[in-house]
Amino acid sequence: MMDALFFYLFATLVLGGAILTVTRRNAVHSAISLIVSLIGVAGLYLLQQAEFLFAVQIVLYVGGIMVLFLFVIMLVNLDQAAKQRRFNRQWWIALLCVTAVGVEIAYFVRKGASAFSMARPPVAAVANAGGNTEQIADVLFRQYLLPFEIASVLLLVAVVGSVVMAKKRI
Amino acid sequence: MSQYYSTNEAFALTPALTLALFGCWILVFDFLFANSKQKRYFALVVVAGLIFAGVGLYRQQAFLATSGDSSIIAFSGALTIDRFALYFNWVFELATLIVALVSYNYLEIEGEHHGEYYALLLFAQCGMFFLAAGTDLVTLFIGLELMALCFYVMVGFLRGDKRSNEAAIKYLLLGAFSSGFLVYGFSIMYGLAGSTRLTDVAAAIAARPAWDPLVFLAMTTTAVGLLFKISAAPFHMWAPDAYEGAPTTITAYLSVASKAASFAFLLRIFLGPLAPARDAWEPLLAAVAILTMTIGNLAAISQTNIKRLLAYSSISHAGYMLLGLIAGNDTGIQGIAVYVMVYAFMNLGAFLVVIALRRKNIIGDDVDDMAGLMYRSPGYAVLMLIFLLSLAGIPPTAGFLGKYYIFLSLIETHHYLLAVIATLYVAVAIYYYFRIVKTMFVGELTEKAPLATSFGLRVALGITGVLTLAVGVYPEPVLRLAQNSFLR
Amino acid sequence: MNFFLLSVLKAAVVAFVLLTTLAYLQWVERKVIAHIQVRMGPYRVGPHGLLQPLADVIKLITKEELIPPHVNKFMYLLAPFLAVTMALVSISVIPFGTEIHVFGTPTWMQLTDLNVGLLFILAVSSMGVYGIALGGWASNNKYSLLGGLRSSAQMISYELPLSIAIASPLLLVNTLSLREIVQAQTGSIIHWNILRWPAPQIVSFLVFLIAGFAETNRVPFDLPEAENELVAGFHTEYSSMKFAAFFMAEYANMVTVSCMTAILFLGGWQPLFSPAWGSNFVPTLIFTAGGLIAIYHGLNPARKLDRITLPVTGVVFLLVGALFLVPAAQNALIPLFWFAAKVGAVLFLYIWVRGTLPRFRYDQLMRFAWKVLFPVALANLLVTGLVVALW
Repeated sequence: MMDALFFYLFATLVLGGAILTVTRRNAVHSAISLIVSLIGVAGLYLLQQAEFLFAVQIVLYVGGIMVLFLFVIMLVNLDQAAKQRRFNRQWWIALLCVTAVGVEIAYFVRKGASAFSMARPPVAAVANAGGNTEQIADVLFRQYLLPFEIASVLLLVAVVGSVVMAKKRI
Repeated sequence: MSQYYSTNEAFALTPALTLALFGCWILVFDFLFANSKQKRYFALVVVAGLIFAGVGLYRQQAFLATSGDSSIIAFSGALTIDRFALYFNWVFELATLIVALVSYNYLEIEGEHHGEYYALLLFAQCGMFFLAAGTDLVTLFIGLELMALCFYVMVGFLRGDKRSNEAAIKYLLLGAFSSGFLVYGFSIMYGLAGSTRLTDVAAAIAARPAWDPLVFLAMTTTAVGLLFKISAAPFHMWAPDAYEGAPTTITAYLSVASKAASFAFLLRIFLGPLAPARDAWEPLLAAVAILTMTIGNLAAISQTNIKRLLAYSSISHAGYMLLGLIAGNDTGIQGIAVYVMVYAFMNLGAFLVVIALRRKNIIGDDVDDMAGLMYRSPGYAVLMLIFLLSLAGIPPTAGFLGKYYIFLSLIETHHYLLAVIATLYVAVAIYYYFRIVKTMFVGELTEKAPLATSFGLRVALGITGVLTLAVGVYPEPVLRLAQNSFLR
Repeated sequence: MNFFLLSVLKAAVVAFVLLTTLAYLQWVERKVIAHIQVRMGPYRVGPHGLLQPLADVIKLITKEELIPPHVNKFMYLLAPFLAVTMALVSISVIPFGTEIHVFGTPTWMQLTDLNVGLLFILAVSSMGVYGIALGGWASNNKYSLLGGLRSSAQMISYELPLSIAIASPLLLVNTLSLREIVQAQTGSIIHWNILRWPAPQIVSFLVFLIAGFAETNRVPFDLPEAENELVAGFHTEYSSMKFAAFFMAEYANMVTVSCMTAILFLGGWQPLFSPAWGSNFVPTLIFTAGGLIAIYHGLNPARKLDRITLPVTGVVFLLVGALFLVPAAQNALIPLFWFAAKVGAVLFLYIWVRGTLPRFRYDQLMRFAWKVLFPVALANLLVTGLVVALW
């Protein structure tokens, strides 16, 4: 009961924030709506008892990435951008597409819902049954060690790439 | 410590580790020592890295040959070095080698000669390694992103050039969008299997009916992401713009290596976990293949920019390769293998000639810039002729071989309609390839400045030219390699 | 007593103590700065200016509430609220002491113990940036905007060395729960993370401290409110209680960072040396010494008033010292004493630095974060990781 209540609360935050993000004209308001949406996602993690993910979601997305978003938005001249012609005149087509895709996905998921065998924790994690942090570490450094290591190269490329793109003289 | 790590893992990972390490070295050396004159030696470092990675690949190949195992499985199933992976990695090695050889001169002409370029080449190949060898959804996805990220940067590497910037932005935005689809498909597969290992996903999908809605949803969304990467219609829009705007060396690399890697990925997914759902995806992919060949070939006719023309031609080639997957028998799969290899060097070769046309103050990527090439540098003109013949699929060049196996597989599996359509489009392709040939041999010589050659370019042209002809005349080794690699 | 009532009681006590501390921290700061500069500091309201915080609060509440006409009203009002909320929330996971019995019910001197408590504090404090950034933006004033931008850039930059500096002691204690972090440092000073064998965390302690100064926008990193360039920075357009909210947020952040320093590096509520060697008598000794000094000065007064105030203070100190000897109270009071002592020491350091150091220039500040602090923290993490893995 309580869980359901909180689920709907956070789901509302997620969806409401997302909708406001794309509909607000003021970019700062959009960014703030996105933050609200991300906080909602963090709340959903918390409901799933994934405290680590909750904290990391907030630290990284809300506290890190979105601050930089806001930072950039505040630096550009918003009044000018707001006056310019915008490329979202065809939003109702997009709405139609979204509805169609949404209905399609809902239909598919409904028809095959029984197939989902999600949230089957790995055997090793159940065995030592630590907290969420321990479980994540266990899975990350055993099962997903390789992707974890490749991600370091990926991040290096991202850093190098953004510097190459952004810096005047390299 | 040893419980997480063993020599087996190190052995399987050697090529990727070597590539990444050499990439890091280039970054460090570039930062510490290199002045603008010395940057050209980074091409040599890349070649050295490729040689070391090649040794790693060779040792893996030798291990597979001697031990009789079909694969080296590392990281508890996240990485599988089998002949399939090795085959594709040889293609990547070849493509990176050729691109590295021609890059230094080209970048100096463009005035954007930076060490990061070479590092990104190696990192991109590192990503491709995981695309070919990964057998875990997460590994595959991160490998794909690693490769794509390198390409986003390299496509926009000419920072002062508006076309390059536009290309990078378009490629980045659409690429990110398509990755979203891919991840969505992957998430459904994960939901079905409760695991990200391809074997587990395959088992979960095999346990469900072929027309299961969830499998269908997973398949379509995954296909969207993958088809985008191989620039199949209707997800090809980015390709002409990205190809045109990117530095020509990167265009060549993008059209060959990125496409080959994405095909490796596509085959892993469609012949692995999605194989049980073949009834569902076969008509879908057939439609995509026909559409791809139609758009690629018809749009290529009216192009005046040679990079755009080759972009559309590469789109149509993706369509032909898809046909092999639709046929689905051993001939078809081997056909794809041969096609990927052959396409790699003939397409690279064609781009090499375009690269040679780029000189100081001359952009040289219009079809008209080729006018009268025969009278000025007959060697380049003849080589271009060979590459174009090969791209069109005319014997005795290598391109014929690829098309032959694809068509053969279609007939073997009674896809007569597809075979007829594909053959008709070969005729269209011959038309627009010969437009270039006509310009080269008949057109009036307008631009008298000599071509931009360098030692690397000549070596690269030699390699690709010889391979294109040799494989066409004596296909035996490539066929055997392809057969060995794709026998399931 | 049931859980709910107990929680409410604890929350009330913690909130009361925290808010009082915040108010008096301001007084202490003014006093210490004054003494550094050889002045008296606040002296008019109450004995030794002790009622000054109260006067300040009354002043701030009764001041005119001013909302400039050109502001983005919603964000403008949201910002100080956000800043102060996020600053106060983090105290909820800070452990002040060991388990005690309240009316027979065992409970910890901590509002709640999350198993990701440390990350929770990081998360909440990283959200505090929004208060400042949005406040600066919503004020629609270029000084405010510059202040807000500076602060968000600064806080984001220093969050990296801060987080990495936190990571190295975590390798030693193997938990994210603040309570367990303290419990892992049981023993004497050589068991605290700062000196702990095999990997003493002195470097990461210093990095954490420096980054902590920057995170709280304190001197020498107080560029967001550099008055000679930016008037008052992000809170230029704020008045009365909204200004006070920002003010409180800054002090609350200071307290949080000091608590974190004490918990992560200085062993939290653990005593300096083992109780077996008589560490339980340290508070009594200190308070007795303080009381005796106060009485001595009361007997030889420099001013007329001291004849009364100092002996009274001395007697109070002696009584407090005696209280620490009562066995029933010892269990609760001694950990509290050590915790308060450590936090107080760090807070004093904050004030001391403010009285001593000049302000950074902005480019120096950024360069320092990215080119000095960050690599040092990273190297320290690497070395710690290696040592812990190989030991």
